Amino acid sequence: MNAPFESTSADVIVVGGGPAGVAAAMELRRRGIARVLLLDREPELGGATRHCAHSPFGMREFSRVYLGAAYGRRLAAEATRAGVELRTGYSVVRLESGGRLEVASPAGVGTLSARRILIATGARETPRSARLIPGDRPLGIVTTGTLQSYVAFHGLMPFRRPLIVGSELVSQSALFTCLTHGARPVAMIEPGPHALARAPFAWFPRLMGVPFHVGADITDIRGAARVEEVTIRLADGSPRTLACDGVLLTGRFTPESALFRQSTLGVDPGSAGPAIDQDGRSQDPLVFAGGNLLRAVETGGWAFREGRAVGRALAEDLARGSEANAPTPVDFETPIKLVVPSLLRAGANAAPAFPDFQLRMARAASGRLSLEIDGREVWARAGTWWPERRILVPIPPGATRAGSVRFRFREGQ
Amino acid sequence: MLHTPSPPFAGQYDLAVIGAGVVGCAVARRFALAGAKVVVIEKGADILSGASKANSAILHTGFDAPPGSLELELVKAGRAEYLAIRESLGLPLVETGALVCAWNAAEADKLDAIAAQGRANGIEELRLLSGAEARATMPGLAERLVAAIEVAGEHIIDPWTAPLAYLTQAVALGAHLLRDAELIEGRFDGDWTLTTSTGTLRAAAVVNAAGLYGDVVDARLGFEPDFEIRPRKGQFVVLDKAAFAHLPRIVLPVPTEITKGVVVCPTAFGNVLIGPTAEEQEDRTRATVETGALEALLARGAEIVPALAGIPVTAVYAGLRPATESKAYRVIARADRRAITLGGIRSTGLSAALGLAGHALRLHEGFGLPATAPATPPTLCLPNLTETRERDWQRPDHGEIVCHCELVTRREIEATFDSPVPPGDFGGLRRRTRAGMGRCQGFYCNARLAEMTKGRLKEPLAVGEREE
Ligand SMILES: Cc1cc2nc3c(=O)[nH]c(=O)nc-3n(C[C@H](O)[C@H](O)[C@H](O)COP(=O)(O)OP(=O)(O)OC[C@H]3O[C@@H](n4cnc5c(N)ncnc54)[C@H](O)[C@@H]3O)c2cc1C
Ligand SMILES: Cc1cc2nc3c(=O)[nH]c(=O)nc-3n(C[C@H](O)[C@H](O)[C@H](O)COP(=O)(O)OP(=O)(O)OC[C@H]3O[C@@H](n4cnc5c(N)ncnc54)[C@H](O)[C@@H]3O)c2cc1C
Repeated sequence: MNAPFESTSADVIVVGGGPAGVAAAMELRRRGIARVLLLDREPELGGATRHCAHSPFGMREFSRVYLGAAYGRRLAAEATRAGVELRTGYSVVRLESGGRLEVASPAGVGTLSARRILIATGARETPRSARLIPGDRPLGIVTTGTLQSYVAFHGLMPFRRPLIVGSELVSQSALFTCLTHGARPVAMIEPGPHALARAPFAWFPRLMGVPFHVGADITDIRGAARVEEVTIRLADGSPRTLACDGVLLTGRFTPESALFRQSTLGVDPGSAGPAIDQDGRSQDPLVFAGGNLLRAVETGGWAFREGRAVGRALAEDLARGSEANAPTPVDFETPIKLVVPSLLRAGANAAPAFPDFQLRMARAASGRLSLEIDGREVWARAGTWWPERRILVPIPPGATRAGSVRFRFREGQ
Repeated sequence: MLHTPSPPFAGQYDLAVIGAGVVGCAVARRFALAGAKVVVIEKGADILSGASKANSAILHTGFDAPPGSLELELVKAGRAEYLAIRESLGLPLVETGALVCAWNAAEADKLDAIAAQGRANGIEELRLLSGAEARATMPGLAERLVAAIEVAGEHIIDPWTAPLAYLTQAVALGAHLLRDAELIEGRFDGDWTLTTSTGTLRAAAVVNAAGLYGDVVDARLGFEPDFEIRPRKGQFVVLDKAAFAHLPRIVLPVPTEITKGVVVCPTAFGNVLIGPTAEEQEDRTRATVETGALEALLARGAEIVPALAGIPVTAVYAGLRPATESKAYRVIARADRRAITLGGIRSTGLSAALGLAGHALRLHEGFGLPATAPATPPTLCLPNLTETRERDWQRPDHGEIVCHCELVTRREIEATFDSPVPPGDFGGLRRRTRAGMGRCQGFYCNARLAEMTKGRLKEPLAVGEREE
């Protein structure tokens, strides 16, 4: 059972018990931070990995391969062993200034405070509504995360013959979940001109006997209670109506950044996550962030390593006193979609939590990508860049003291 | 318990109401309070299966209603009664006020006439404001605002809990709700014999409150229809709660002949909605959303309140207005057949419902039926779903939070299934609890809800067990 609210405050409260939050909390303990409180609104730790009853988690961090749910249990065991105080069923409802959080728990509502807050609330897939998909709104239109929780937590299925939308890595796992649990997708479509995942993806659905169309869009969904048929427009403009009982929307991850969006801190328009500096520190120097919340989406292992790095930076920050210097924003040009970190702050941390800028493109583009610091080009590379693929650019030494930092893009060079 | 329609009542009802939209629910309450034995016949799996599930949720003053019209009278009466009873039913009122905004000189020229009409309609709380004055009351408005009228009395309510409360009160007084029961035919032989898809019943009088099927139901009751429903679709987008801070008031456009136009409006639940469109169509059942229209609404919202640009979409929906070939309400009383039609309640039915119910009772008094003894209104307090009052998650021992985005508790979900009018479908559950209505639209909670509602909804969320 969860303990009710205590009046004493913690050194650090970590919000979110996925790989990033747990790794951060353990690292903080390892570096001697006395009271580290980890909150998660779900009944178990593990975050998004809990749903994934299939994939290899934990190879890097625990040198062992776990299925999703077991990985979550391993995280909980490791965190407890490390002396992290765990509170599940605790939902943070508001991020306030001064290191304070409004929290709902089965025991009621209260305020928790700490010297620093670290937020690692992960990411989720964009629902049908936010994709502005046309048609009726019957049952059976869900995301991969939802499908996986039907299967993994409740032994249920939301449909038998869905149309799958998307071609990210997670789309492949969505297809796999369908095929292994009694659903037979009628087709898979990708609105963009190419599959978003790497090469083998293009032939994986076809290998499984599921037609795969790129450049195809939903133009209508019909169904009174449940999906009955979906009309798609193929790349050549021709319509096709498919009888099916569901639509599975995959990918198009977006940070679960409501706490920031609803606070005075807001979110970064590119990443839709909080703006952070090279140590994971937000505009509010008492609040840090890490994991998929920063830039949906990376793998579980990446989130774990990132959480650990932000935990280390936070521990150094606590030891040294808060870094309240005004940050320099990182500018970028289209078609660059996002840059993380999007702030740089002059600071004393020997090694930053983020050694590299992480960039993504909004669309496929060929051209020359370059980084200018105080008007001087310090890095450049030409090539073809794919959407939703990670691009890493090392943060040059000294950049944290720059007056202007800007990514440029010259198309076709 | 699997949802099944209530068993038919053996005796004869005093009144049969056809349709459990907001109007039918209000009528059932009014007649039950007057002591009548009422039955509500609804073809949907749940109440609010038609126009009433998808409106703008504004409690209108009637400032822009046609002067001297029945609509104006009933909007004012309905609003007054809502304000009088809402505390005792635990219903919310968000006192936003509205600004009718003129964005160019041509629109500004129309404001005087609109204000004059408002005053002629008996709405005194109107003020003409310059663009700068209007922006001082709501700094988020775009700078190009030319002038505005402030209508202080236009407010926001919870469009689903209100009709649910009306019907719950009626049920507490002994009214019966038949769901999945479509009226097929009515015969009058001194009393009514009504054939529904789930059985036959007898009633002394009928009220046709069938919304989008008002003309069809009149025909099925054997009347020569006096009007024809011409559905007019309205699409909406609902923005994330982060938008709410930018929109403390309702922003109305200067209306045109055809439509009240696109409104940008806070909701009682802390979101912002943009809509509706006004699109004529033949189909009475399909209220589709279309990508292009939704994009246009988003662009319009950002033109009016620039800070809305980039705020994510939480939900999209569409509703059909039961419009007819004329603007007016089509209220018809046929004393010789003891029938009342409340038809063509196009775009103000949420506000006017209680007024329409009172009007129907007065018409019914002319039917010469024996009087019944009025009942005392049963007290009840429906669960609050709005951000303006305490919610269940703020109280201890709620079990757990099931829907994280809307902070819906297990206790609330269980309570709604034990209530006098439990949800019949998932839409009904969403409207009664807000579960699954938030920014993730079920990413986190849909599977849990599938499990919690197993065997309790007509159409289950899950199609069955997974197979290995
Ligand atoms: C459908 C799906 C399939 C995936 N497949 C793979 C795969 O095959 N391989 C792979 O490596 N990765 C996969 N991933 C990604 C992997 O799961 C994530 O990278 C990883 O879980 C991210 O870790 P995180 O700690 O940043 O966030 P999350 O794991 O998302 O954890 C966030 C935690 O924060 C909690 N939380 C959120 N808001 C609040 C709040 N307000 N108060 C309290 N707690 C809160 C949540 O309950 C959650 O436990 C998949 C993800 C999904 C969704
Ligand atoms: C886009 C839009 C915006 C609006 N905005 C507002 C607003 O801000 N404020 C306001 O006051 N009003 C507003 N309205 C108007 C309001 O929603 C309607 O006037 C009101 O919902 C009409 O209710 P009703 O009960 O007459 O019809 P309905 O809600 O359509 O109810 C009729 C019911 O009858 C049932 N039925 C039909 N045929 C049969 C049959 N044969 N047998 C049994 N049952 C049957 C249907 O299933 C349905 O449940 C708006 C409407 C729309 C569409």
